Amino acid sequence: MDLATFLVQCLNALQYGLLLFLIASGLTLIFGVMGVINLAHGSFYMIGAYMAYALAPALGGSFIATLAVGLVLAVVFGYALEWAFFSFLYEREHLQQVLMTYGLILVFEELRSLTLGDDVHGVAVPAWLSGSIPLGGLMSYPVYRLFISGVCVALALGMYAVISRTRLGMSIRAGSANREMVASLGIDVKKLFRVMFAAGVALATLAGMLAAPIASVYPGMGNQILIICFVVVVIGGLGSVRGAFAAALLVGAVDTFGKVFFPQAAGVLVYVLMAVVLLWRPEGLFKAT
Amino acid sequence: MNRRILLAALAAAAAAIAIPAAAQQPKLKVGFMLPYSGTYAALGDAIEKGFRLYLTEQGGRIGGREVEFFKVDDESDPAKATDNVNKLIKRDNVDVIVGTAHSGVAMAMAKAAKDNGTLLIIPNAGAVAVTGPMCAQNIFRSSFSNWQPGYAMGEVAAKRGAKKVVTITWKYAAGDESVGGFKEAFEKSGGQVVKELSLPFPNVEFQPLLTEIAAIKPDAVYTFFAGGGAVKFVKDYAAAGLKKTIPLYGAGFLTDGTLDAQGADADGLLTTLHYGDGLDNPKDRSFRAAYSKAYNAVPDVYAVQGYDAAQMLGIGLAAVKGDVANKPGIASAIVAAKIDSPRGPFTIGASHNPVQDMYLRQVVGKDNKVIGVATKALADPGRGCKM
Repeated sequence: MDLATFLVQCLNALQYGLLLFLIASGLTLIFGVMGVINLAHGSFYMIGAYMAYALAPALGGSFIATLAVGLVLAVVFGYALEWAFFSFLYEREHLQQVLMTYGLILVFEELRSLTLGDDVHGVAVPAWLSGSIPLGGLMSYPVYRLFISGVCVALALGMYAVISRTRLGMSIRAGSANREMVASLGIDVKKLFRVMFAAGVALATLAGMLAAPIASVYPGMGNQILIICFVVVVIGGLGSVRGAFAAALLVGAVDTFGKVFFPQAAGVLVYVLMAVVLLWRPEGLFKAT
Repeated sequence: MNRRILLAALAAAAAAIAIPAAAQQPKLKVGFMLPYSGTYAALGDAIEKGFRLYLTEQGGRIGGREVEFFKVDDESDPAKATDNVNKLIKRDNVDVIVGTAHSGVAMAMAKAAKDNGTLLIIPNAGAVAVTGPMCAQNIFRSSFSNWQPGYAMGEVAAKRGAKKVVTITWKYAAGDESVGGFKEAFEKSGGQVVKELSLPFPNVEFQPLLTEIAAIKPDAVYTFFAGGGAVKFVKDYAAAGLKKTIPLYGAGFLTDGTLDAQGADADGLLTTLHYGDGLDNPKDRSFRAAYSKAYNAVPDVYAVQGYDAAQMLGIGLAAVKGDVANKPGIASAIVAAKIDSPRGPFTIGASHNPVQDMYLRQVVGKDNKVIGVATKALADPGRGCKM
């Protein structure tokens, strides 16, 4: 492999890792702060992708408008879901959480099937992002993928700022360390959790909307991404956003170079990575936020 | 008269009534084991509609017998396949099973059919083994083997001047078999497969492999993907700028039922399959008209395969006057027949897989337009089949 190809593969790894981070960050936040194992997280990604498909015609095909409306809907949806279901789960055992969130996956899939059918759909890349940048030889890189990476980096920086620099971030960090103590200090934990959950749902939905033009939109897409996201969260350390970031980049690199160098073993390499990391550090790369 | 004598008399009377009824043939029990839910639900629906269309044309009878249907949703889940097929064989006691779409499920069904001797017609799943090492007198296929479209495309690629080709597919049976067929024909014609790229099923992160293709710079790329993976691959291939520089050849499933989602990125792609749009034959025209009239929908390749499964059953049972126990009679009639299919007439080979023309098709708008015959009367070699 020459240097140019290697650099392009590094770019591929980075881009895939950043997208994984966007989805996994919501999952790890919800677990870290609220202690809920949310198997339905992949469904939010799927819902985001289907929203990008279904909303675009209604909004005249404007990409920015679709993202904005989708995000608002996602926050409302997350808020309502937390109120109706998840607020009853905090004191329950993890097994019960798993059962209910698994049930939600089935409900979301069936609703999707009833309203939008089982066909595969495509979403057009917005015209102003549809070009590609030549990189010499036959290689070129789609502008849209760079755009996704840019959005992911911006969101990662934004999350870092919120968590480490704001009052809300302080409550989040405190909440993940000791929930009872935070409540006894007069912080409205109920409200905090509702905001956190809505933010987690919004992150996954946004990832789905952003990925729709390159991932296409199809039944079961959420379950595929869920598994890899759990790998990211476990490697990074449950509840750690910083860990999720490092783990997502690591998984992106292992997956990308695994496919290139060891195609026969590409399916298992990511799980080998997880096993090795857990042997070395059973609690994951980083402690909770 | 005590109660025992009364019961005996009743039993005798019942037997007397039953005898003339038995002289008339009972209904033929047909079991559909198809995907009615999940990703392949549309396939199961089209196959059943095609099958029923033929039955309607025949006045509701096959081999002179009225038909009674039993249905099982196989959910395209190989883990449940053995239980599901046994529901039809043991519980419903069906005479014939028609199914299914998913290759893994079809393998389990073939095993059960072989063990129990129940007649099985596979209306889609292309697993080579079913008409290879697992072949049997009572197992037939009305569709294709994964090897067939691949082999036909291998000849096309060589004829169009490609010397070095890269293949890319999911690492599972269907992908391997399709690429195997392509490689066999392409290398026989003097070409060379320089690299076989693959990724685990159903992973769709193609970008690193597309970078590999751009670095290798082959004359062409051959691919087997279906469904959501096919949509994403075609779009990614175009977005990486490869569509303009390296021709992409595929097995027909790359662009079947996916053109709406692929849009302009699929325009002009060449694929091989045993059916397509714009076939100029009277049978296809009348089939399409009848199907549209009955269901208000345009038939696809799956509907054709369902229709032909019913035709094959009709031919087999007509030859033995509806006696399903006569397996050798059914098999020899089906193998001897020329089946008048919408895809064009075809025959059934010694391993019970269709011997059929493979068409070269080009994507034009929302159609897979047939632009010629890639390989005439192509037979799967049926390797490992001993009957």
